[in-house]
Amino acid sequence: MRPNRALEIGTGLFVLLGFAALFFLTTQLPGSGIQVGGATGYNVTARFDNVGDLKTGSPVTLAGVRIGRVTGINFDPTDFKAVVTLDIESRYDRIPDDSDASIQTAGLLGGKYVGIGPGGSDTFLHAGSSIEFTQSAIVLENLVNKFFANFASGRKEDPKP
Amino acid sequence: MSRVTARDGMVTGSLRRIGAVGVFFAAVLAQCVPALLRPRHIVHQVYNAGARSLIIIMLCGLFVGMVLGLQGFDLLQRFGSEDALGVAAALGLLKELGPVVTALLFAGRAGTALTSEIGLMRATDQLTAMQMMAVDPMQRIVAPRFIGGVIAMPLLVAIFDVVGLFGAQLVGVQMMDVDAGAFWSQMQAAVQLNDIQEGFIKSVVFGTACSLVAVYEGYHTEPTAAGVGLATTRTVVTSSVLTLLLDYILTAAFL
Repeated sequence: MRPNRALEIGTGLFVLLGFAALFFLTTQLPGSGIQVGGATGYNVTARFDNVGDLKTGSPVTLAGVRIGRVTGINFDPTDFKAVVTLDIESRYDRIPDDSDASIQTAGLLGGKYVGIGPGGSDTFLHAGSSIEFTQSAIVLENLVNKFFANFASGRKEDPKP
Repeated sequence: MSRVTARDGMVTGSLRRIGAVGVFFAAVLAQCVPALLRPRHIVHQVYNAGARSLIIIMLCGLFVGMVLGLQGFDLLQRFGSEDALGVAAALGLLKELGPVVTALLFAGRAGTALTSEIGLMRATDQLTAMQMMAVDPMQRIVAPRFIGGVIAMPLLVAIFDVVGLFGAQLVGVQMMDVDAGAFWSQMQAAVQLNDIQEGFIKSVVFGTACSLVAVYEGYHTEPTAAGVGLATTRTVVTSSVLTLLLDYILTAAFL
């Protein structure tokens, strides 16, 4: 069998492509590898007590319209709060700086996203500013626990006719 | 070499065939090490089994991914959780559709080529001629083709998965307007390395099974024109059934 240049190049290309695909699957899928979304806007930060299962890449919406995405979730060791960096598209540059940010859930099984509620200020959010008013993710288990605690204590006091 | 003949009944015939495949598998494995010493032959077979199946695998991967995107979107939308489309598509592709559909295509595209090639060698007495020249056809012909198939299959599955994911993304994000960030970030949060490992192990097992069936059927072809055709048909049927059977067993084992 004579060495065949085209054949060997083809095989090499195929094997390379295969390993590139394997590499993509093993490194990019189970992690926070891929960054989607092209044009970046300006970054603002918001501090939350609890981010739930918010992820980098989760959408940021205002009135249900997507205006940006979460680019970073960090932790401030001084006051034990989560610092979430929001990347807001630059065309949305007239968001009042007293707006509030809350972590909400899309649908019953959907992922978390950050919802911005517009404020009434005349000055606007700009690169580096931070959102003061925040509402943390609602942890369903806590809610259920609270409900049952109330329910049980309510029942104890109930018996008198 | 003992060909399974019509002399045996249904039960003994099937038993004998299974046994013959097992013995043949052991013989091929024994010849794998000497065959590995001739890497050029293996490169040639990886080209035949892998590189030449690339276009059909990528095309089918794209369409399977796009269908997953559409169907997944339609289903998830009813629960208002179309953001989970990335997870559904990724897990479906990685664990099931990628390995199984690739194996079925592999059996049809590369398996038949292997069987008819070796079968024609058998029919034209080339294998016997080799034996007379003290060249072991198992080592020279069968083992490199088997190894080539086993190497090519996991790579084809990986390519199929990646193309399928981008097909699902094409439909989900570009056409159906699922949020791109949610699509990828939820996928990355839900997919574990285990899931990828499961798909990889499946692809290696399916690759081994399909290649083994193809070279077995080729090597034991009835040396006639009709025999080559029959062997090729049997390769597709046996490989497909074996793939789906093994898929169930492996899925049950991994859960």
